[in-house]
Parts: sequence; structure tokens; C-alpha cells
Amino acid sequence: MIEMKKVGKTYPNGVQALKDINIHIDKEEFVYVVGPSGAGKTSIIKLIIREVVPTEGTIHVNGTNLGDLTKKQIPYLRRKIGVVFQDFKLFPKLSVFENIAFALEVTEEPPDRIKPRVMEVLDLVKLKNKTRHKPRELSGGEQQRVAMARAVVNRPAILIADEPTGNLDPETAWSIMGTLEDINHRGTTVVMATHNSHIVNHLKKRVIAIDDGNVLRDEWRGAYSYEA
Amino acid sequence: MKRNTLARHVREGIKNIGRNGWMSFAAISAVTIMLFVVGVFALVILNMNNLVSAVEDDVEIRAFLESDTDAEEQEEVMQDIAAANAVENVSYLDRDEGLDQFIDSLGSEGAVYESIRDENPLNDALVIEASTPEHTEALATAVNDYTAIETVEYGESILTQLFTVTNYLRVIGAALIIGLLFSSIFLISNTIKLTIISRKDEIEIMKLVGAKNSFVRFPFFIEGLLLGVIGALIPVASLMIGYFYLYRFLDVQIPFITMVEPFPLVWQLALILLGISIVVGVWGSQMSVRKFLKV
Ligand SMILES: Nc1ncnc2c1ncn2[C@@H]1O[C@H](COP(=O)(O)OP(=O)(O)OP(=O)(O)O)[C@@H](O)[C@H]1O
Ligand SMILES: [Mg+2]
Repeated sequence: MIEMKKVGKTYPNGVQALKDINIHIDKEEFVYVVGPSGAGKTSIIKLIIREVVPTEGTIHVNGTNLGDLTKKQIPYLRRKIGVVFQDFKLFPKLSVFENIAFALEVTEEPPDRIKPRVMEVLDLVKLKNKTRHKPRELSGGEQQRVAMARAVVNRPAILIADEPTGNLDPETAWSIMGTLEDINHRGTTVVMATHNSHIVNHLKKRVIAIDDGNVLRDEWRGAYSYEA
Repeated sequence: MKRNTLARHVREGIKNIGRNGWMSFAAISAVTIMLFVVGVFALVILNMNNLVSAVEDDVEIRAFLESDTDAEEQEEVMQDIAAANAVENVSYLDRDEGLDQFIDSLGSEGAVYESIRDENPLNDALVIEASTPEHTEALATAVNDYTAIETVEYGESILTQLFTVTNYLRVIGAALIIGLLFSSIFLISNTIKLTIISRKDEIEIMKLVGAKNSFVRFPFFIEGLLLGVIGALIPVASLMIGYFYLYRFLDVQIPFITMVEPFPLVWQLALILLGISIVVGVWGSQMSVRKFLKV
């Protein structure tokens, strides 16, 4: 599903965010990516959705070599990957409903199917009562859940969540984890970047620990730690 | 593109004007002000040219015949003058007609002269049009040499001055309009750019959640078009109405200033101004979106 071979990323300002990343994630897996701040977690995500291109190595997503992707194909790649961005990336001037509906509109989904589907995912993240609110009228946790709803509304093959529990109280965090597991059980590959050791240690999954742009450990049912 | 999607784009384009209220207001104001200035200048310059050419066309030589010439002599002189290269047209104006014209030209004040009809001071005359207005002066001198001609009248020294002035006016007018047009195109498209640059992040998010470039662009196309149309409404309407009433007013009050007929001129002006603002609106919006589609 996702494969990175010898991937390196040096940003234009000279920062070498990723050095030699080799990862293979199969269909329907649930994977934590852990590592200290600045380790390169978000950079890996940006590479997967082709927001940035690697300076070294090759990346395959869903069987496609991203290096061969034409500009016109990029939107179709991104529609197969739902992303909960670390900074949410919600549209500030759109309502909660419109923010989520946007992800369906880009796929030219018939309008009469957009509304029920949006309500469905709003129910999933327990925000049915805030459909008309603008993002700035929501708490951090609520915004995060809107981002979550937008990421899954398309029923993507891959769901990537960058710190999806970062702004949540433990209870809501666990409820989000329940949602992620649910989605995973329905056949979606889930990749979650996180700092939340409690969750990683209690809901055991594969853990890829990275530090300073390298993979330190890659363990089936691992624990939260990024010491070698 | 599906019908639904097109409808969605149009809806978004309209909504975006409201969502970005102040920015839209700024862009619309820029369009309004610039079109108004361009329109006023175009009308002023057009009318100045019109006035000047009317005066130029009006330049004719009146050669008054000696009162003792008989019909045969008159005919001979007329034929002779008509044969000259520099002459466009010669016509005969008898003294009664000449007086009529004179009285008419004074408008309501001409009535005073009705009383002198019996003692008409004018002679019969030949009205000569030069083939080009610049030839008038030389032609007049030549005509004056005929013995059958008593005196010659024409605009004289004003003429030469007029020609230099009108030529300058035309050049300056054209330059002014072109300069004004370019600066307003620049200003309008820049204001529209600003409304879009402020939405750079939103455009990038659209792309990150899987929007195609055309999907991002289309609502901006509609928005640019609408900004152009809305911005053109006030200046176009006020120029049309204003010009029409000014024309009517001057036509009655100051009859010797002849303005260009309001129809079809105001419609042509409306179309041109609307066209400019739509093209600039759409062009400005599309150029600025393009920069942010690289994500
Ligand atoms: N656009 C960019 N330009 C230059 N350097 C960048 C850019 N984005 C990230 N970096 C650098 O790359 C390194 C890795 O950043 P990244 O965002 O991937 O870390 P992270 O693991 O997601 O951290 P965090 O847990 O704080 O989110 C950092 O040193 C960061 O400064
Ligand atoms: Mg990060």
C-alpha cells in the first residue's frame, strides 16, 4: 500500500528532514509513527500525498510510483488518501458542513448524496450540533474532529492522521481512537503520527519509531519509545 | 464538467464575493472609479474631436459677387472656380437666402433682423468648400482676384491656429485615453490579485484535499467576472444617463455646441466599458490563482 525506499528529503533551506527511510506498510494495517518533535513525521506524510517531492529514493502508494505521477494525476492520488493535518487545514470562511462537503464536491459527487454522507461522518465525530459553525467558533478538539470527518468522508483507501489526539482530553482521544479502529476494520489502511505514549502503549499496534530522519525501530505491537 | 459541478462553481463564485466582503468591496470600487474616469475622458475627448471636425467642416469661403454682375458673368466665374483642383464644391447663394441663413444662425435673437428684410445689405454670393480645410486660405486669395468678386469672407487667422490645436488635441486625447486605460487595467487587476493572494492558504488546502486545478479556478473565474460586471454597473449607468441629459440640455441651451448624438454612442460606450471590466476581472483573477496552484 505504502512503500518508501531509501527516501531522503532535504528542504530548499538546507534542512535534511529525512535521511534514509525504508518503510513498507500493507493494506489494512494500522501503524503508529512515533518520534520526537522535528523527527520527520509530518515530512513523511507530506511525501505520501505528494505535497513535497523526495530528494532521494522512491515512494509507491497504492501501486503507483509517485515519481511517475503527472500533475493531472495528483488530485486523484490525494482523493484516495484522507489526511487529518497536524494544523487541521480547515477553510476558515466555510462552515463545518461546507468544510467536510468540500472533499466530496471535488470528486463531483452528486449533490443529493453529499448531505447524507456529511451528516453521517459528523455523527461519527459527534459534531452534528455544530454544522453551521465556522472553524474559529470551535475549540481545538472540535476543529480536529472536523478535520477527521473531512479526511474520512470520501471513504479513502488510506487514512493518515497527524497527531489526531493532540488537542483532545483523554476521553475524546479514546473515542477518536475507537473511530480510527473502526475505519481500519472496514478495510482502510491507517497511519497515525503521534506523541501520545499512553495510547500507543495501551492500544497495541505496529510502531515505527523515527528520530532525526531515520527509522530507529519498526516493531509489531511495539511500545512508545524512540530510543534505540 | 458535470452540470451539477458547474452550478456549484457559480454558486461558490457568488458566495465568495460575500465571504470576502471588504476585499470584494475594494475591487468593485476600483473598477467603478477607474471605469468612470475612463468613460468621462472618452466622452470628453470624443466630443472635443467632434466639435473640432464640425468647425473644420464648416470652414467655407463666401465670395460676395459685385452687385452689378449679370447672370452670365456669375455663371462663368462659378464654372471657373469649380474647375480648380483645390475646390470641392461651389454653390450659388442668392442674397435673400443668405439673409435667411444669417437670421437662422442667430436663433431666437435673429428676429430683430426680420425688419431689415426689405433693405437686405447682402449681395449674392458663391459658397466655396475647399477640398481640404488647409487649402482654404490660398483658395480665398485666388478667388478674391476675380473682378466679379467684391469681397471674400472666411475664418481667416483662427483657421491656421485651429488646425495646429486640433491636431495636438487629437494626439493628446488618444495618448491620454490609452494611458488611462492601461493604468486602470493595472489597478483593477492588482486589486483583484490582492483579494486572491489573501486566500493563498485556502487555495493550497483545496489542492491538498484533492481538487483539480480547474475545480479551484472556476469559482474564481465566476468571481472575477462578477466583480467586473458589478463594478461596471454604476459608472456605465450614470455615464449613459448623464450623457443623455447633458446632450438634451446643451441642445436647447447652447445650440451652437453640437455634441455627438447620444444614440448609439452611449450603448457603444457601455459595451466597451463592460467588456473591459469583465476581461480585466477575469484575467486578473485567473492570473493570480495560477500562482498558487503549484501545490
Ligand atoms: N517546509 C519546510 N522547510 C524547511 N524545513 C522544514 C520544512 N518542514 C519541516 N522542516 C524541518 O524538517 C524537520 C522535520 O519536520 P517535521 O515537521 O517532519 O517534524 P515532525 O516529526 O512532524 O515534528 P512534530 O512532532 O513537531 O510535528 C524539522 O527540523 C523541520 O524544521
Ligand atoms: Mg509534525
